[in-house]
Amino acid sequence: MTAFWILAPVMVLAAIGLIFARKAVHAALCLAVVMICLAMLYAAQGAPFLFAVQIIVYTGAIMMLFLFVLMLVGVETTDSVVETIKGHRAAAAIVGILFALVLTTAIAQSVSAAVVGLGEANANGNVHGLASLLFTEYVLAFEFTAALMIVAVLGAMVLAHRERLVDPPTQAELQARRMRDYAETGKHPGNAPTPGVFARHNAVDTPALLPDGTPLPESVPGTLVSRHQFEVHDAADVTRVVGEISASDIDPDERPVTTEKPDVPESGTDEEDRA
Amino acid sequence: MTEYLTLSMLLFSIGAVGVLVRRNAIVVFMCVELMLNATNLAFVSFARQHGNLDGQVAAFFVMVVAAAEVTIGLAIIVSIYRTRRTTSVDEANLLKA
Repeated sequence: MTAFWILAPVMVLAAIGLIFARKAVHAALCLAVVMICLAMLYAAQGAPFLFAVQIIVYTGAIMMLFLFVLMLVGVETTDSVVETIKGHRAAAAIVGILFALVLTTAIAQSVSAAVVGLGEANANGNVHGLASLLFTEYVLAFEFTAALMIVAVLGAMVLAHRERLVDPPTQAELQARRMRDYAETGKHPGNAPTPGVFARHNAVDTPALLPDGTPLPESVPGTLVSRHQFEVHDAADVTRVVGEISASDIDPDERPVTTEKPDVPESGTDEEDRA
Repeated sequence: MTEYLTLSMLLFSIGAVGVLVRRNAIVVFMCVELMLNATNLAFVSFARQHGNLDGQVAAFFVMVVAAAEVTIGLAIIVSIYRTRRTTSVDEANLLKA
């Protein structure tokens, strides 16, 4: 029972977080917390097989599928806060609370029988007991789930498949388009520069610096630009850092090896002296 | 026993409110999953109360159906996103006359 009283508040808080999280990824993480706690409750209630299945199928497969789709459709999409129907949120909250109240009274009035416990049913092991039920009494339902799985796989393939309406552009067409763009709009025909060239960092979120020191946003991946997630360090910043390094009172021996060659033999002799 | 059922009922209600309130189709789907999970908890609790494993078999089948449902649902969301560039449930009104 201790496990229950520890896990239950966590689960309820995470479930409430699922409603209030503004970003879909945060909601997915809240749901993962609920599912893992639920698996522990299964284990505490004599269902070790469902514990494993909950972890593997739900938190392992289904949550990963959710996160994959979130990545596909864009992680940065947040819910709009505008209500389409007036008072819709308040009404939903009232309906939810009323529903919870009705269920609570129903449970309080009907469920009072003593708990039998699964000691007898799990005598040969939980998996054995489940299998002997699944392959005798429920074997028809089991076969139907097999059919359901095949239909689901086919459905997902049909829905996610996209028929190509036009032929993909050939290399020659791409080249012609690039040159036409250059002639008409002046768009650079070559590769986009890589991020971090002559910049302070070489991370992908740091735009490259042009020879005159201005940052070049085209060198940062488009997703980061649309999310405004790149840091601009202009040439002044780079010269400041270089100045700091050269003017600092860092011991020349501790400078990075890439600075100056003559330092290397000195430091080597120093180390020999210390030794 | 009542505590487990109360928790299950709470999670179910929270999931239902989430389905009603949220507008992002993926989050709505997550709330549906939360409701399914809540019913699973009730199934497992009842299995323990009655001392037989039928409840656990039912929870197992719910998990199988939920997995199939998520596959199809997310495929539908992806194909809607491809044509409409949005996952908001308010925008999908293709069937409107």
